[in-house]
Amino acid sequence: MKRYRHAASGVLVPLAAIGFWQLLSSMGWVNATILPSPMAVLVKWWAYLRPLEVFDPAQGSYLQWCFSGELIHDALGSLYRVLLGFVIGAGLALPLGLTMGYSKVAYALFNPLVQVLRPIPPIAYIPLSILWFGLGNPPAVFLISIGAFFPVLMNTVTGVQNVDSIYLRVGRNLGASRLTQFTRIILPAATPYIFTGARIGMGTAFIVVIVSEMIAVNNGLGYRILEAREYLWSDKIIAGMFTIGLLGLGIDTLMSRLSSHLLKWHRGLEQG
Amino acid sequence: MSETSHISVQNVHKVFESGGQEVHALKAINLEIPQGQFVCLLGPSGCGKSTLLNAVAGFSLPTTGLITVEGAVITEPGPDRGMVFQEYALFPWMTVEQNVAFGLQIKGVEKAAIEAKVAELLAMLNLTDFRKRFPKDLSGGMRQRVAIARVLALDSPIMLMDEPFGALDALTRRNLQDELLRIWTELQKTILFVTHSIEEALYLADRTVVMTYRPGTVKCDIPVDLPRPRDVASPAFNALKKDLSQLLMEEQSRHNQAEFRGAAVD
Repeated sequence: MKRYRHAASGVLVPLAAIGFWQLLSSMGWVNATILPSPMAVLVKWWAYLRPLEVFDPAQGSYLQWCFSGELIHDALGSLYRVLLGFVIGAGLALPLGLTMGYSKVAYALFNPLVQVLRPIPPIAYIPLSILWFGLGNPPAVFLISIGAFFPVLMNTVTGVQNVDSIYLRVGRNLGASRLTQFTRIILPAATPYIFTGARIGMGTAFIVVIVSEMIAVNNGLGYRILEAREYLWSDKIIAGMFTIGLLGLGIDTLMSRLSSHLLKWHRGLEQG
Repeated sequence: MSETSHISVQNVHKVFESGGQEVHALKAINLEIPQGQFVCLLGPSGCGKSTLLNAVAGFSLPTTGLITVEGAVITEPGPDRGMVFQEYALFPWMTVEQNVAFGLQIKGVEKAAIEAKVAELLAMLNLTDFRKRFPKDLSGGMRQRVAIARVLALDSPIMLMDEPFGALDALTRRNLQDELLRIWTELQKTILFVTHSIEEALYLADRTVVMTYRPGTVKCDIPVDLPRPRDVASPAFNALKKDLSQLLMEEQSRHNQAEFRGAAVD
């Protein structure tokens, strides 16, 4: 009962906001091109989601047809770039971060460069990325991997450096080799930090994908809402924005579920 | 003499650098501990008893002097001298049974043998029902049982214990003391046990080594000949306790004076 009441209070404010928005439109207080009504956005969103063609068995299976809508195509395109960029960025950051955290020499060598490059927003790499990679997926994936790289790197370094020395003492006492110390003690002890970094990196990757699609690619959610502006389809812009929001929320929820599942042993400071 | 003793501490000095000043933590320590003896190191905080234990463990080697085990000089930590820490130091990402099995895995013991040994130790310490739990879901007493099981798994002849029961409530503490005595009797370990509790030392030890406040030296080395199980309310126990209190109070007051001097300089 209590849970239902909790859930009900959660939808109260969104409903009121939508109601107010609908009121603005219905009363004709704002121009529909500037701010279309929620109903118009919903209708457009459905049209955007629906397959473009009529179902034709000769063209392929029913399932294929179901997923042939423009929105699904865009969302999958964005998701593909996010995942590829994230895997590349985090995949490079993790070994470097582990090395920098573990070895004082590696830290002294790499940290100055990292500190200089880190404050440069991924978006500032746009001109270079186009110069280097032209247009299409490569520059977008490049930008996204930069976005994912630094959060994962910094958190991994901190995670390894902050491993409680008592665990290392126990490891030495039990006779663990350096390799065992690293794989069985340092690595697991650092995972809460690494997962936090991955979650932040994924969030950054998702921001960067939208931006990169606005400049370098001709599909994906970012491209679509910019295209809609050209035609003054504000309902489609907003429908696209909500899709971006929902997709982002979905990814973050998934990351957080995954991390609390893998960190069952942890005291759980970062739930939610 | 060192041939007959298991652990031999020979003229050990330990000097630390602290704020540009040299601190003599240990000075001319000599101890001969035969196999199977239960020895308590007793003293006020800052007397160097943990420093001595860490030197035997190999974490922090003496500045001068030698520590040998079975005649071999100690140069590094090793599984022949399993250590139980005050703060438990269980690996939080491992379950109870994984914590206990870890030392055996490092040794390269085969899987079936590890499982059998772990099951035996968990039964010995009444942990069988908790084997799948993570340390965060255990009480302090339970955690220290796991830490003891983890060290016992190493099958080391020597157990080093650094105020292992210091953070526990009185009942849990007595309970674990009794279990430790039972295990010690059963497995014939040599135990070097650091504590600042006189009662704990007298309840457990064959022999109590009282240390002085800086520099840490052996103030006196007292055999405890009371029959076990010991009755903490008996006149003999309390007579010894009174003597030890007297000795310890002298060191505690030196400690206090040093702190007051330190505070005055600050």
